[in-house]
Amino acid sequence: MNAIWIISKKELRTFFDSLTAYVLLIIFLGFSGFFTWLYGSDVFFIGQATLQPFFGIAYWTLFFFIPALTMKMIAEENKSGTMELLLTKPVTDWQVVVSKFLACLMLIGIALLLTLPFYFSVWALGPVDHGAVWSGYFGMLLMSMVYISIGLFASSISNNQIVSFLLALFIGVFFLIIFDLLASNMTGFLGGLLSYLSLSTHYESISRGVIDTKDLIYFISVSFTGLFLAEVYLSKRNIVE
Amino acid sequence: MSIQVKNLTKKYGSQRAVDDLSFEVKTGEILGFLGPNGAGKTTTMKIITCFMAPSAGDVLVEGLSILENPNEIKRKIGYLPENNPLYLEMGIFEYLQFVAELQGIPKDKIQKRIVEMVRLTGLNAEKHKKIGELSKGYRQRVGLAQAMIHDPEILVLDEPTSGLDPNQIVEIRELIRKLGTRKTVILSTHILPEVEATCDRILIINKGKIVADGTPENLRRQAQGQEILRIQISEAPDEKTVLDALQSLDNIANAGPVSHYENTFMVSTKPDTSSRKDIFRLCVERNWVLTEMSLIETKLEDVFRDLTTN
Repeated sequence: MNAIWIISKKELRTFFDSLTAYVLLIIFLGFSGFFTWLYGSDVFFIGQATLQPFFGIAYWTLFFFIPALTMKMIAEENKSGTMELLLTKPVTDWQVVVSKFLACLMLIGIALLLTLPFYFSVWALGPVDHGAVWSGYFGMLLMSMVYISIGLFASSISNNQIVSFLLALFIGVFFLIIFDLLASNMTGFLGGLLSYLSLSTHYESISRGVIDTKDLIYFISVSFTGLFLAEVYLSKRNIVE
Repeated sequence: MSIQVKNLTKKYGSQRAVDDLSFEVKTGEILGFLGPNGAGKTTTMKIITCFMAPSAGDVLVEGLSILENPNEIKRKIGYLPENNPLYLEMGIFEYLQFVAELQGIPKDKIQKRIVEMVRLTGLNAEKHKKIGELSKGYRQRVGLAQAMIHDPEILVLDEPTSGLDPNQIVEIRELIRKLGTRKTVILSTHILPEVEATCDRILIINKGKIVADGTPENLRRQAQGQEILRIQISEAPDEKTVLDALQSLDNIANAGPVSHYENTFMVSTKPDTSSRKDIFRLCVERNWVLTEMSLIETKLEDVFRDLTTN
């Protein structure tokens, strides 16, 4: 547990040292701010004191930004050899994967914290459904967990960061859109399965303020699977035949 | 801390990088690990440091198996991997702190330990820089500092001096000797004088198997017995006549010209004989002038080449 905390602290600091974190925060806040307040179906267009436009935008911005964060986390360390250095310290593969996951989640957490002024502004404008806002934020974190674990898995597969990035987007698109599309054309067990796998259904219900254990189990198990596969790929060096 | 390597095998596809390798390193010994590129040195080191699992066999570090107690073994080992990978965007202090925390050094001792390592490795003048801003020699010092920050009983150093200039090589070598007293050290290298200067024992491996094991002196003695001379003869009619004449001498096993040098020849004698007098007499007899005759000492290089080619 201690090792996980030490590594994730270091990873988080690396985000800030390498300016990645600042670039991400600025672009994320800029994008979501622009579409929440100024353009498209923004708050004033809807005419309701709600953060729905923000959640709708963040849903997509995070989809692109998280793979950009995770793409190098394992790939670069494998390539430069620092992974070898790290894993010859008293640390297990699983601890490395989890700590990278946590570092990334903390950064997303910081990004979301910085959007709290949106919440307060909307609150000042009119009556807000506070429950829906908080569960929206909660859903955003859960969704980030899924993206991060997919991103780490993609990063563990290839030593090339661009490949990792594209692969993470590719897998992400399945969870975001394709499973949903396929599910609508299918019935029976397969249709049910695909619609269960689709991230949007689970996310929608949470962002509306309905927190169901079924959805929680979904987010946690998909994240866990991603991390588990990342660990499998990381420890593949042990069984090269 | 003794290390026992037992029937270690590692396969990459059908290729055996390490093939049934067994050896033992005693406490306090400095072992030089030699071999051509691709002989399996790095793979063996990666297995000893618990980075990779072997396909078969086991390594016992002070009785603990790498297969069962990797985390305890990792704590006892300081490792400098090949090419010295480091987090270039981190500062030296920050990085050493990170490693110290990971190695489980108590919080109140970390600062003291870092200062000590920075002083020992001579990083004091550069300590506020980021690792990426350092020259190769200084990076190597950071690599050594991180390997030794937890005062491990075993040091595994994979080509610690590769890519350094001659001055840096001497400095790093001295550093290793200074820091490695009372530690068990396994060191791999291509530079043979380095092994002679630092190691108690040499292990040469080729194609994953041990081909020689012993002290540097022992190994050199094994290859001796054959006298090799470099001679230069002037006022001879042509090289071919000289070569024929040399080869007709009883004790000479082999003679050949040295490329780029006129009238210069390498002569090796049959085991346990000497041909110096015969060559001198031959020259006198034919009225040639012997302008150079030097005894080439058998070097570790030759031993190495003998054992690892063919």
